[in-house]
Amino acid sequence: QQIQEDLNKQLFDNLVSFLRRSHSEFQEKTTEWTCQMKSREIPTAALVLGVNVTDHDLTFRSLSEVLQNNITPYIALLEAKDCPGIKNLMQKLMGQLMNCYIDVDSLEDEDYVQVSQNRIRCSMSSLINWYESVTKKTDCETPRKKRTSSSRHWQSPPVVVIFKDMESFTTKVLQDFIVISSQHIREFPLVLIFGIATSPMIIHSLLPHSVSSLLCIELFQSLSSKEHLSTIIDKLLLTARFPFKLGEKVLQVLINIFLYHDFSVQNFIKGFQLCIVEHFYSQPLSILCCQLVDAKKRVNSLSHNQCENIRRLPSFRRYVESQASDKQIALLTADSYLKEIIQKLLEDLHVYHENYVSVLRCLHVFTSSLPKYPLGKQIRELHCACLENQVWETEEYESSLQLARMLNKSDLVTMLQQCVEIFVSSSGKEFDKTVEKLKEFLTQFQKLEDAFQERDVSVSSQKELQKKTDLYHLQKTLLELKESRRSKKLTKFEMLRFEVVGYIDSLVRNYLVPADRKTLHEIVYFNTASVLREHLSAAPRIALHTALNNPYWYLKNQALKSDGGSISNKAPDICIVYKLHLECGRLINLVDWLEAFSTVVMAVERPNADAASSDQVDDVIHARFIRAVSELELLGFIKPSKQKTDHVARLTWGGC
Amino acid sequence: MPNLEHPAYPAATLLHLESLVPCRESQVSMLLSIFGERQQLSFPSIFIYGHTSSGKTYVMQALLNTLQLPHVFVNCVEYFTSRLLLEEILIQLQSSSSETEQTYVPCDNFNDFVRLFKQAVVSQEFEDQTLYIVLDKAEQLREMEANVLPAFLRLQELTDRNVTVVLLSEIVWELFRPNTGCFEPFTLYFPDYSIGHLQKILSQNHPPEYSADFYAAYINILLGVFYMVCRDLKELQHLAALNFSKYCEPVVSGEANERDTRKLWKNIEPHLKKAMQTVYLREISSSQWERLQREDGEPGQLKGLSAHTHVELPYYSKFLLIAAYLASYNPVRTDKRFFLKHHGKIRKTNFMKKHEKTSNHLLGPKPFPLDRLLAILYSIVDNRVAPTANIFSQITSLVTLQLLTMVGHNDQLDGPRYKCTVSLDFIRAIAR
Repeated sequence: QQIQEDLNKQLFDNLVSFLRRSHSEFQEKTTEWTCQMKSREIPTAALVLGVNVTDHDLTFRSLSEVLQNNITPYIALLEAKDCPGIKNLMQKLMGQLMNCYIDVDSLEDEDYVQVSQNRIRCSMSSLINWYESVTKKTDCETPRKKRTSSSRHWQSPPVVVIFKDMESFTTKVLQDFIVISSQHIREFPLVLIFGIATSPMIIHSLLPHSVSSLLCIELFQSLSSKEHLSTIIDKLLLTARFPFKLGEKVLQVLINIFLYHDFSVQNFIKGFQLCIVEHFYSQPLSILCCQLVDAKKRVNSLSHNQCENIRRLPSFRRYVESQASDKQIALLTADSYLKEIIQKLLEDLHVYHENYVSVLRCLHVFTSSLPKYPLGKQIRELHCACLENQVWETEEYESSLQLARMLNKSDLVTMLQQCVEIFVSSSGKEFDKTVEKLKEFLTQFQKLEDAFQERDVSVSSQKELQKKTDLYHLQKTLLELKESRRSKKLTKFEMLRFEVVGYIDSLVRNYLVPADRKTLHEIVYFNTASVLREHLSAAPRIALHTALNNPYWYLKNQALKSDGGSISNKAPDICIVYKLHLECGRLINLVDWLEAFSTVVMAVERPNADAASSDQVDDVIHARFIRAVSELELLGFIKPSKQKTDHVARLTWGGC
Repeated sequence: MPNLEHPAYPAATLLHLESLVPCRESQVSMLLSIFGERQQLSFPSIFIYGHTSSGKTYVMQALLNTLQLPHVFVNCVEYFTSRLLLEEILIQLQSSSSETEQTYVPCDNFNDFVRLFKQAVVSQEFEDQTLYIVLDKAEQLREMEANVLPAFLRLQELTDRNVTVVLLSEIVWELFRPNTGCFEPFTLYFPDYSIGHLQKILSQNHPPEYSADFYAAYINILLGVFYMVCRDLKELQHLAALNFSKYCEPVVSGEANERDTRKLWKNIEPHLKKAMQTVYLREISSSQWERLQREDGEPGQLKGLSAHTHVELPYYSKFLLIAAYLASYNPVRTDKRFFLKHHGKIRKTNFMKKHEKTSNHLLGPKPFPLDRLLAILYSIVDNRVAPTANIFSQITSLVTLQLLTMVGHNDQLDGPRYKCTVSLDFIRAIAR
C-alpha cells in the first residue's frame, strides 16, 4: 500500500537529515584535514551509535550515500566478520575501493578487471599506486569532465574507510592497519570512521597508546534511539495525515518490545508495517481506511454485504441504539441512508483526530513539566493513557491537575504561549475560540502583573505615610498590610490559575475521548495485540514444549486430543519419550526409560499380555525408543553423560 | 664528542650526516666501521634494538641516504606475509637505480627469492658494492614461516653476494633466537635519549621566525611538564608543534618580548598541564585542540572521549548484564541463599554478599553456564519474563558488544558458558 511507502520515505528522510547534521561538521573537517596532513595522524571520526545494532546497517548505508554524493567516491565499508586477519582486511578494502572506482566511470573497466584477475598483490603500495593513477587520470581528463568532478569532489578526494562494528574487530588487525596506513598518510589521504555501539572508551581499550596516538579522533554522537523513536511516533501516529491508527494495546506491545528488548527503530517500523498488513488483511472494512476524500467516494460504492458488515460493528450498534426508533429502522434497513450517516461519521472521526492531536500536545505541554511526571514524560505515554480509557477519570490525571494548580506564573504563561502556538499551527477550525480564550488568559496575566507593580508603588507610599506613628502601631499595621496583600494577591492569581486549569480540563474532557468510544473506530484502529505479540516475540522453547507436550495443538488429530496429565500411547513416540523425561531427574537411566516407554506403548495394544513377555522388550519398540531418544538429543534436550554408563543428562528444566 | 671519521667517505658528507643525527654519533661511527668501504664485504647481519623512538629507523635512513649506499628499506608490519615481504624487496631492488619497467615477479618461497635476488643483483650491477636490506619492525618476522628469519640472517652465505641484512627491533635478540640454531647477528643497542638529548634534538628544528634561544626555552618548559609522563620523541615533537602558537601569543601581542621567560612560563604552564590531561591521552583530538586554542575557549565544554562512558541499554539487556555479573562474581553455592525468595535474613545476606564480592573481584570473572544466567535473571526481574527469542538474541548481541564473552565450547547445544567482562563501575551505572 502507498502508506507503507510513505512510511519508509519518511523514515529515510529522518535518518538522512539527522546524519546530515552530524556530518555537515564532519565535511568541513575533512577539508581542513586535507590541508594539515603534516602530522602523521589519521583523521578519525568515532561515531557512537548506541546499542541498536540492527539499525546500524541502514545508517551506514545512508551515510555512505551522503558521503558519496558530497565528498568522495572512494568509500569502503568494512565489517568485522569479513576481516579475521589483516590480509583479508586489505583484500576486502582493495576490492571495494577498486569496484567503486569502476562505478564512478566505467571507461577503465577492462583495465581493472584484468588486474583483479591475476590476484593483485594486496598491499598498501599497490593501493597507493592505484590511488595515484586514479587521481592523475581525473587530472588529465577533459576539462568538461573535470569541472563536473571538481564541483562535487575536490582534487585528491580522501578515501573513507568505515569500520562498521569496531567492537568486534580483533585488536591486532586494527592496530596493524592503523600503523600501516599512518606511514602512508601523505600519499594516501585516508579517513577512518569507527562505528561504536557502546562507549568511546572502547577505542582506548582496543588500541594501545602507541597506536591511538597515530589517530586524530573526533567524536560524533548520534541521536539516541529513544529520541529517534519519539520523533517517529510523533510523525506517524500523532498526525491526522495517516488514516491508519494503532490501538492502545498494540502500541503498548510495540513500545515494550522496543524498550525492553532491542532499542531497534528498525524493528519498531517493521512491527508497525506488520500491523498495517494485518489490519488490511483481517478487517474487511479497512477499505474505508484511507484519506477522507477517497473514503467518501468509497462509501458510495459499498455493496450490500459491506453495509451489513458495518451494521455488525459493535461501535455502530451502540450508535444505533442511541438513536430514535424510526432512525434505527432506517439505519438498519436502508443502505443509502446508512451510507449518508457513515460519511458523516467518518468526517466526525477525522475531525476528532485532528482535534485530538492538538489537545494532546497541549496537555503534554502542561504535564511534561510537572514534578514526578504523573502522566509520563514522553508524549507517547500520554497518548497511551488517553487511548486506554477516559483520561480524566484516572488518579494520575487528578494529581497532575492538582500539581498544575500550584504552578508559578512565569511557567504558566510560557505554557499558555506554547499551547497557543500549537493551536494556531493545527488545522482544526474549532480552535479559533480556544485560541482567543487562551490569549485572553495571557492578557489577564499581563494585567495582573501590571496591577502588582502599581500596588507595590502604592504600598510603599503608604508606608511612608505611616512612618510617623509609634513603633508598635507601625509593626502591627505593617503585618496586617502584608497579610492582606498576600492573601489578595494569591486569591486573584489563584482564581485565574484555577480558571486556566479548569479550561484545560474542559478541553481534555471534550476532545480526548478514548478512540474506542467513537463510532466506526474499528475501521482505522488496529487493536488485536495478541496477534501481533504472537508474531513479533517468538518463544521457541514454549512452542517446542507445547508441540511435544500437547501434539494436538499442531497436528489437529482428533485421536490426540487428551485431557493432559496422562500419557496417551497414540501420540508420536518422541512426545511419549519427552513426557517421560519430564518426570526424571538430572541423570536419566536409559533402561528405566525404555521400560516406561514400552509400558506406555503396550498399554493399549496388548492390555492383557502376560508379565513374562513384557519383560522382554520388543525389538521394534526398542528401535522406536532409540530413534525418539536420538531425536530428543538432536533437539538439545538431553546429552550423553560420561558420569554413569547407560545414563543421559537432562539439559533443560521447566520454566525456561 | 667524537667526530665521524672514515677514510672511505668525503669529510663533507660525514659532517652533514653528523648534523642530521644528533646524539647518535657513537652508534653511527660504530656502524660505519662495520660497513667499511663500499666494496668490502660487511658483516652478514646486524641486529639493532632499542626502545620506541630511539632513532633506529631514522639513523639508518639518514646513514644510507646521505652516503648513497644501495639499500632496500622494508617495514615488516606493512608486508605482513613472507610472500609480500620478499616481493617488495625485489621490486624495490629493481626500481632502485634503473628506469627499466617494473615487471611483476611472483615469489612464493625463499628458494625463489634467492634465485631472483641473484639475478636482480647482477642486472642492477651491484656486485662490487655492499647491498643493504633493512627490515624495520623485525619482530614481525617471528610470526612468519620458520625459515624466514634464519634465512635472512644467512643471506650473504646463501646468495653468495655482498649483502648485509639489518634488522631493527624494539625487543632484544634473545627473544628472537630460533630453536634450531642460526647465525648470530652483530647486535647493537641504541640507548634511550636522555633529557639533555631530547632538549637538543627538539630545539634543533625551530621555526624560522623565532630565534633558536627562544624556541629552546620553550622546549625546556615543555620538557619540564611532559618529561615525567612521556619520553617518546615523536609524541613530544607533536606536542611541541601543537602548543607553540599559544606560547608565542604574548610575544605576538606585544605583552612580552622574547627574553621575558618568566612571564612566558606563567602563561604557558597551566595550558600545558591541560594539554597533558587531554591531548596527550587523545581524549580530544589535536585538531579540536587547535581550534580550541584559536577560540581561546574553555576545554570544559568539549568533553573528552571518556566523558561519554554511559551506555544506554534496553531494559532486559540491563538485567541480563547484571545477572551475568552476579553469576560471574558470586560463587555458585551462594545462589540459593541470595535468590531464593523464602529466605528470612535478607539483611545479613546482603552484608555477606558485599564482603565476598570484594574478595572475588581480585580473582576476576568466572565462567558460568547459560542456565544459571537465566535462572538469576528470572529471580531479579520483578515481573514474569517470557523466554522469547528476543532474550536469547540479546545475549548474543551482548557478546558482540564485548560486554560478555563466550568461553570454551563452540557447541551451542552443549550449554554455552559465558563470562562477564564489564567492571563494577559499569554495573553500578547500569543498575541505577
